[in-house]
Amino acid sequence: MSHGANHMTQSEPNRRSEPLIKVKGIVKNFGAFTAVDNVDLEIYRGELFSILGASGCGKTTLLRILAGLESPSSGTVFVDGIDITNLPPYERPVNMMFQSYALFPHMTVAHNVAYGLKRDGVAKPELWKRVDEILDMVELSDLSKRKPHQLSGGQRQRVALARALVKQPKVLLLDEPLAALDKRLREQTQFELMRIQEQVGVTFVVVTHDQGEAMTLSDRIAVMDCGRFVQIGSPSRLYEFPKNRFIASFIGSVNMLAGQVVRCDGTLCTIYIPSHDSHFEVEHGEYLDKGAAIWLAVRPEKIRISQTSPTSDMPNQILGIVDDIAYTGNMSTYRVRTEAGDVLEVTHPNQSRAKDSQLVADWGDTAHLCWAPSDAVLFSE
Amino acid sequence: MRGKRSLFLLSALSFGFAFLYVPMAVLIFYSFNYSKLVPVWGGFSTRWYRVLFESEEMWAALTLSLKIATVNATVATLLGALAGLTLSRAGHFKGRTLFAGMVSAPLVMPEVITGLSLLLLFITLSNLIGWPSERGMTTITIAHITFSLAYVAVIVQSRLAGVSQDLEEAAQDLGGKPFRVLIDITLPLLMPALAAGWLLAFTLSLDDLVIASFVSGPGSNTLPILIYSRIRLGLRPDINALATMIILVVSIGVFVAGWLLLRQQRLRDQEAQLATADSNGK
Ligand SMILES: Nc1ncnc2c1ncn2[C@@H]1O[C@H](COP(=O)(O)OP(=O)(O)OP(=O)(O)O)[C@@H](O)[C@H]1O
Ligand SMILES: [Mg+2]
Repeated sequence: MSHGANHMTQSEPNRRSEPLIKVKGIVKNFGAFTAVDNVDLEIYRGELFSILGASGCGKTTLLRILAGLESPSSGTVFVDGIDITNLPPYERPVNMMFQSYALFPHMTVAHNVAYGLKRDGVAKPELWKRVDEILDMVELSDLSKRKPHQLSGGQRQRVALARALVKQPKVLLLDEPLAALDKRLREQTQFELMRIQEQVGVTFVVVTHDQGEAMTLSDRIAVMDCGRFVQIGSPSRLYEFPKNRFIASFIGSVNMLAGQVVRCDGTLCTIYIPSHDSHFEVEHGEYLDKGAAIWLAVRPEKIRISQTSPTSDMPNQILGIVDDIAYTGNMSTYRVRTEAGDVLEVTHPNQSRAKDSQLVADWGDTAHLCWAPSDAVLFSE
Repeated sequence: MRGKRSLFLLSALSFGFAFLYVPMAVLIFYSFNYSKLVPVWGGFSTRWYRVLFESEEMWAALTLSLKIATVNATVATLLGALAGLTLSRAGHFKGRTLFAGMVSAPLVMPEVITGLSLLLLFITLSNLIGWPSERGMTTITIAHITFSLAYVAVIVQSRLAGVSQDLEEAAQDLGGKPFRVLIDITLPLLMPALAAGWLLAFTLSLDDLVIASFVSGPGSNTLPILIYSRIRLGLRPDINALATMIILVVSIGVFVAGWLLLRQQRLRDQEAQLATADSNGK
């Protein structure tokens, strides 16, 4: 399946000895429906690991299995080398932050946070010292006597985080920790979450359906689809070396062209794209059969756009007309209609405070597009 | 057009209210009648209240009724809460549907049937094991518990449906063993429903004539039984006074129960509103 990825050495961000969490062959069936389908996973100590996937793909179910709130139909879960598959939630060295926060409405902020320590039988002075410390860290000391319904959404989120963290679990599971916050607050909180994770050094497993959030937060991401993991890797690896078309279009946006292999020598492939009736060159580390059907994928920011024709020795040129420009401040997205009739998306940074007339190209202008052979990726169907 | 319609609605409403409350108003009115003949107005007086308070039989019946109601409400709340908890939190177990049906059956069972079957049960038991040796407070209380329990179970179940299971799961995740979680989280959240259930069971018991008559024995007259037996000998003004008192107590009970449920609903709505308000901008 994968082609573009393999000529890179396996990027392995975690060479740290044993994985902290080891999940083997986890399956979860609800009646005839399989929510989690044979998942294997290794998460290392101190990592901020994200599970990314569309709604209903089984992320919460997997997290609940790790927390012990759901028992898997088959498979095993190890934490720190110990099989915890059959441990009840209250005996696991794992804490969870719920999507709904699940703050106890009849307890104050301080008592919510203290609950876990009380259940562990931590002595009073020590207990309140730790509660104060953690509330300090999430900047909620002033609100410790409030009830949850007297807090804003962001404050509740921090209470939930503090409550799960105060027990100093080996692993903190976070189910859509930022989903209930508005956009601005979410962006602030992302960095806050990273700061706290670094400070406490606890391994975080974050579930999210927001790919931007996953990219910003994570050391590594597992992309999930229909109960299975499609690819696991660092954000840059998923973005630059997606394993297949699904990943390429799920993470960021991408232009796809259908074509055939004309020639391939193991480093450089020539692809014929029928709709454009032209040839494209792609650096590809693998031998491909001549005539094989293939998808050529290139990210919008990898395409260079100009009104003047690039030198003719540049490969991968396409001529088109600017159909639409979306200005987003830091950059503009050009939608270029090619002679073949399809539309390619190209982004270009707005490096100077140009007037409209000084944009790279204007509505209706002819635009020359090109990209380097190393900037496109091939996927076989 | 609009005016006409609202006139119609208004008269329908007043007719409805009149239908419900005029009889009670008449009763309350005549309880202050001096005359010994109920339908003949003999001037305002609290004479019959005095007669009432001086009647030992009346006090005995009242005490018995209150005792039964209290024990009934307490036991029914306990058992009903357990049934409600099982129904809404124990997930799917074998025979759950049957259990759910059986818990709520007393709600729709005709009282005569319930009373009759309980009477037969008590007689059979008494023949077999010698207990209950006589029918009275114990048998009435047991009979009342059987149907009050159903009401409490339904109230508890509907309250728990509104409490997200996340809370209990979070408490377990934080290290609470299931029983601890029940005490720490579930019960405090159930408190309003339990209070409402207790009051409802109390009132239902205080009210009941049919079932109590089946399973009561000689000398164990509850208040409704006493009233009914006296009325059969003809209308009596002291009964009017007593009925007025009962109306007062029952209305207070129902009002408090309703208020508790309403307040709980309001709180929930408020919290939901706050939550949405918060998520729409800090
Ligand atoms: N208790 C259950 N019984 C039956 N089906 C369930 C149960 N819990 C989850 N499912 C199903 O399993 C699938 C995965 O659910 P899950 O909650 O894990 O999704 P998710 O990836 O967390 O989605 P979201 O992003 O919307 O939270 C869904 O299709 C859901 O309908
Ligand atoms: Mg979910």
